[in-house]
Amino acid sequence: MRVPAAFAALAFSFALAPASAQQSPYADYQRMAAESAPVELYEAAGEELWQKKQGPKNASLEQCDLGQGPGVLKGAYAGLPRYFADVDRVMDLETRLLHCMMTLQGRSREEATKRVFGDADTPSEMEVLSAYVASRSNGMPMRPGKDHPKEKAAYELGRKLFYHRAGPWDFSCASCHGEEGKRIRMSELPVLSMPKYAGPLMTTWPAYRVSTSSFVTLQWRMNDCYRQMRMPEPVFGSEVPVALITFMTVNAEGVTYRGPAIKR
Amino acid sequence: MAAGPMKMRATLDAGFIDVRVLMTHPMLTQQQSKGQPHFIQNVTVKVNGTTVVEGQTSQAISRNPVFSFRLKGGAKGDRIEVSWLDNTGETNKTEAAVA
Repeated sequence: MRVPAAFAALAFSFALAPASAQQSPYADYQRMAAESAPVELYEAAGEELWQKKQGPKNASLEQCDLGQGPGVLKGAYAGLPRYFADVDRVMDLETRLLHCMMTLQGRSREEATKRVFGDADTPSEMEVLSAYVASRSNGMPMRPGKDHPKEKAAYELGRKLFYHRAGPWDFSCASCHGEEGKRIRMSELPVLSMPKYAGPLMTTWPAYRVSTSSFVTLQWRMNDCYRQMRMPEPVFGSEVPVALITFMTVNAEGVTYRGPAIKR
Repeated sequence: MAAGPMKMRATLDAGFIDVRVLMTHPMLTQQQSKGQPHFIQNVTVKVNGTTVVEGQTSQAISRNPVFSFRLKGGAKGDRIEVSWLDNTGETNKTEAAVA
């Protein structure tokens, strides 16, 4: 039985914690937080924005092709990132949304990316749109593209980047996400190169983040990780964050998507 | 300025109706807003048209309030309506049938 998205988000949010943390304080916290999660509000705002006419072309995003055909939202997020022939590159959700803002709505890249990451008071367009689109894949298995040569190349680049040490602290993603059983403050650090941990984790993004009262996305997470590693900020929707997102999502392949979810 | 989305879930449980309402509202205190407070002052709950809850709320409640409560008795199909009024006169409401 297909449960309405709003209820599915609530139902699935109770099964949030990774298998390894069923009895852990992380799982308890997530169970308590899930009940009052405002995720549905972001999804509703995203639905409105999806239909809103904007830009020089005064068009909505309703004809945006997220990989399943123009305007098809069901299962679209579960199929990302993937190769798009019309741009001859691999794109994740936010990169593709930007593409649609520029092509369908006629907006400039500069204008559309002016404020990609929001805050507690005002979420960004990308955040509410991501919430809405992702909610339409709730309950479906993650099937990112991995057969096309460019999808394979993106995965390989992501893998290399995951282990690449750089910056003033000589950090790589693996510096924090490379060892099992580690945590940062009170958040688990999943070893994202392993399907065992990537699976439960990648199926929770995008998510509402309690500590900042804001809704966060994967492009934001890549950006913030690089900031935390004291490395230059990656360009939104560029090859680097897309490759990393591809690497981690392919590692989570087949696991049921249960987001958008809630985080500490 | 139009109020943000409001979502409600009302489910029948053993002898009571479990209700959860998500409200979009900045809920700004006097201090946060530097003298321009903006918060929900009244929350009203109606069951099949009859008022059952009349709440007076203050600036002590945070952004995007979640109101979770139980109503004794009730049956599937009962109409629950939750509405709010803020200190600027803005209102919003949502209705749902008990599932």
